[in-house]
This record gives sequence, structure tokens and C-alpha cells, in this order.
Amino acid sequence: MSAIAMDAATLWWVLGTALTFLGLGVMLAAPALLRKLLAFNVMGSGVFLVLLALRPRGPDGVADPIAQALVLTGIVIAIASTALGLMLARRYHLATGRDSLPEDAPEGTDD
Amino acid sequence: MTEVFLLPLAVLLPLLMACCVHVSADRFARPLQWVGALGMATLVLALVAHDAPMRTVLGGWEAPLGIELVADRLAKTLLVFTLLVYAAVLLYAEGYFAQSPIEARRFRPLAWLLWAACNAAFLSDDLFNLYVTLELAGLTAVGLAALSGHPKALAAALRYLLAALLAANLFLLGLALLYGSTGVLSLRMLAAAVEPGTASLLAFVLLVTALALKTALLPLHTWLPPAHGGAVTPVSALLSALVIKVSFVILLKLWLHFAPVLDLVVLGQGLAVMGALAVVWGSLLALRQQRLKMLVAYSTVAQVGYLFLPFAWLRPGTPAAAVAFDASVLQILGHGFAKAAMFLAAGVLLRAAGRDGLEGLQGAASRQPLAVFALALAGISLIGLPPSLGFSAKWSMLQAALLAGQWPWVLLLLTGSLLTAAYVFRAIRYAFLPAPDVSELRPVPALMSYSALLLAVLAAFGGLGTATLAAWLEIEIAGWPEALP
Repeated sequence: MSAIAMDAATLWWVLGTALTFLGLGVMLAAPALLRKLLAFNVMGSGVFLVLLALRPRGPDGVADPIAQALVLTGIVIAIASTALGLMLARRYHLATGRDSLPEDAPEGTDD
Repeated sequence: MTEVFLLPLAVLLPLLMACCVHVSADRFARPLQWVGALGMATLVLALVAHDAPMRTVLGGWEAPLGIELVADRLAKTLLVFTLLVYAAVLLYAEGYFAQSPIEARRFRPLAWLLWAACNAAFLSDDLFNLYVTLELAGLTAVGLAALSGHPKALAAALRYLLAALLAANLFLLGLALLYGSTGVLSLRMLAAAVEPGTASLLAFVLLVTALALKTALLPLHTWLPPAHGGAVTPVSALLSALVIKVSFVILLKLWLHFAPVLDLVVLGQGLAVMGALAVVWGSLLALRQQRLKMLVAYSTVAQVGYLFLPFAWLRPGTPAAAVAFDASVLQILGHGFAKAAMFLAAGVLLRAAGRDGLEGLQGAASRQPLAVFALALAGISLIGLPPSLGFSAKWSMLQAALLAGQWPWVLLLLTGSLLTAAYVFRAIRYAFLPAPDVSELRPVPALMSYSALLLAVLAAFGGLGTATLAAWLEIEIAGWPEALP
């Protein structure tokens, strides 16, 4: 029983780490703003998985309420950040017609 | 007993003010702001007057489940610092936004929200709460940076937001690793529960990287100059004086808690070396700028470098530690006052000239003597001439370096001061050139120059209070245990 629980925790841990690095890589490499914001959310989900995998149970053996509260708060913050990012990206697109920042644009642009 | 009300109020009052100024009409918002600012002044004074360290558990839930607010002397110093910067910036903003009520309406609630985030960060003793305040400050700052709605400001705000989001995830990952191994979040309990070893060090390095990115330490600084230089002037002042200090103060707090338990010698030297590179590279970039606000923004990159130098000497059980701690606090205050003053003065000069190229400053010395005086006084502090706060900070760093037997840092401090003098004088030289055309002069409310001058005077003469401040703060570092093997 405990071996199965261990395996599950390891699975979540490995998945979480993989998602974190995937998100990190795309966030740094992808030029498009929308992709960067999506990658931020993927990376965030990875971090949440790692948090829950490292702390599945509290000291008394039941699910750790603090870890779950932290992840819930984290999700709220991530949604708020994403909303702000989408709003700014949309405004930027309306103003300039661009979907990526000038420094990240694939071809050399002015400005 | 009073701390039960006072500590949460330092966060609640600005939060409440943010809501009130947002919903009230313009003619009410202005007097309301002054009532709020007076309330904050009273509150901060009451906190400082209460000499003992203050602690309160929110909602009556003790740690590890609950969240603690702690007002030690470091936090109290920072609350006063924030209050002074806000007093000047809010005064200035009334003049600055007099012609553009829409921007004023966007500025007021965000500025108050940022104040709440700053105070919460300075008072929190809980790693996750620090993460939340970091996010609150970061998102508010992004909103402020995008205030004008100009495409360039939007691009700068987006770049800033992406850097902040990346930092947030890295911070959360470090937090997850620490929480996973210890099960506590209060800094005090974390420092007691954390096991020295590679895993804890990795978690700490993640936290430090996130905070260095938020503080714009070289080579993670590229988001800063467009965001700070491209924002409207009162916002530039708040971003450079306060927002980067929030992440730095969190780093300093983590360092004070973890340095006695983890082996941070190599990390400290590494941060100091990056700081040294930032001092030189940031100053060189500032020298090459053609626009006044970009010059001031690149100067922040260099001054952030100075913030990271003391980590080379902040080791428990060494004689240099106390001096290095003083140096960090003095650099926070010195750069905060001086840089805010510089941005505010630059805003006056640019508005008078109607353009933001350095050549637009010509003749400013006779047209806007107060603003040029403020710019020069702030420059004195950045260069590090006595009796400024900047001088005290650099003098403390010099002392710490010599106490630790690391004299090469002295050369860096001298080089940094020379480079700073070069870019400050470059800006001031333009101000003393004869004006090409007097008819271009535009009127600027005198209030704006006076608020810039207020901060500049604090920066330029604050060094006189160094000994008092150091004696007052001594207790925060004296409690450090000897270094563990």
C-alpha cells in the first residue's frame, strides 16, 4: 500500500517537474505573447503539482490543508496575472498590430 | 495589545483608501487622499513610538497554521521610508496630473494599492505571505507602468509583467521545496526546521534568483529601463524608489534568517560579483543615454548593483556583518530618496522643456533652479559624497570590505563613484548651458519642484543621521547566532 502511495507521489513529482521545465522553456523561447502567457500557466501548474506531491499529507496523516490552501491561492494569483497579461497584450495588439514584443519579433523590425 | 490593531491597519488603511479614491469623484478624491496620508503618518508614528518589537497573529491563528505580522526595527525604518516617499510623490502627482484627470483617476487607486503591498511585504514573516505581497506589488507596478496607455509603455509593461511572472513561478518552486521538506512557512520556524544540505540550498537559490530578477540584478535587468524610464514620472519615482526595494527587502529578510543555517558564502560572493558588474555596466549604459529619464533609469541598474555588494560580507559571526547590514539599509534609503527625487526633478525639467532629450535641458538652471538643485543634490547622494545617505552606504561597504580583508572591493567602489559622477555631471552640464530659445518655456507648478527637493534634501543630508540609525538597527543583527559549521 505504502509502495503504491510512494509511486503516485513520485509520478506527480516527476510530472510537475517536467511541466515546470516545459513551461519555463516555452516562456523564454516563444516570441508570441499569448504563448508566453499560456506557458506561464503550464509552468505554474507544474509548480503546484510539485508542491502537492512533496506535501501530500500533514503530520497527522490526513491531506495537508495548508498545501491545498497555498495552491488555491496560487491559482487565484495566476488567473489574475493572466487576465492582466491578456488585457495588456490585447491593448498592445490593438495599438500596434503586433502579437509579440519588438525585441522578440521573429524578423527585424523598426522601433 | 495595541499591535493587534496597528499592524494590520498599516496594510488595511491604504487598501481601504485605494477603494475609496477609486469610487469617489475627483473633487472628493483629493482631500480624501490627504486625510488618508495623515492617517498613515499617525499610524507609522505610533508604530515607531512603540519601542519593543511588535508581533501579531492574524485572526488569532498561531503559526504554523496562521500568518504572523512582525514590526521589528528594520520594518519600522522601511515604513517611515515608504511614508516619506509617498508624501512627496502624492504631492507631486497632484501637480503633474492637473491637466490630465483621466491619468490621475488611474494613478490614485493603484498608488494606494502599491502602498498596501509595500507595507505588507515589510511586515510579513511568512514565506507564502511574502509571495502574495510580491505579486501584489508586481501586478500593481505593471498597471502603473502601463498607465499612459502609450504603445511603448504597454510594451514595457508587458515585458515587466513577463519578468514578474517568471520570477513568481521560480519563487513558488523554491517555496514548494522548502515547505515540502519542513511543513512550515513562518521564516522564524523555517530557519529552525530547515536541514542544511543541497536540497535546501537549491530551494534557497531558486528564491534568490526570483528576487534578483524582480530587483533587476544584472544580467536579469533588461526589463527595468524601459518600464521605469517609459512610465509617467510619479510612477517612475514609485517604481524605482519602492517596488524594487520590496523584492530586495524580502531577499534581505530571507538572508538574515537563513545565513546562520545554510552555507551561503559562495552565493553571497556570487551576488556581490554580479552587483559589481551591474555597477560598472549600468553606469556605462547610463553614460550613453540621450534621454534624461532613460539615463536615470539606467542609473538604477547600477545602484541596484550596490544593493547586492553587502551579501559578500553578511556572514554570521564575522565583524563585518553588522556594518554590511547597515550598508544594505542605508543603500535602500539612499537610493530610494535620491532616485525618486531625480525622477521627480527630471519630470519638472522635461515638462518645462516639452521634450525629453538631454539637449532639452539647456537653460534649465536659470528657468527651473529648484528642480536643477534637486537633481544635483540627488546626484550627490548617488555619487556618494558626504554628508549624503549614499556616502554613508558606500562608506559602510568600504568598512565592511576592509574588515573582511577584501580590499579589491575598494577599487570597485571608487570606480563606481567616478562613473556615477560622470553621468550625473553630464546631465547637469546641459542644464547650465545657455538656453537656445526662451519662448519655449512652459509653466510647471512650483509644488512639483518642492516635492522633488524634499526627497533630494533627505538623500543629501540623511547621512548625518547614520550613527543614530546604525545604533537603532544594531539589535536586528546582534541576535545573529555564530555561524554553523
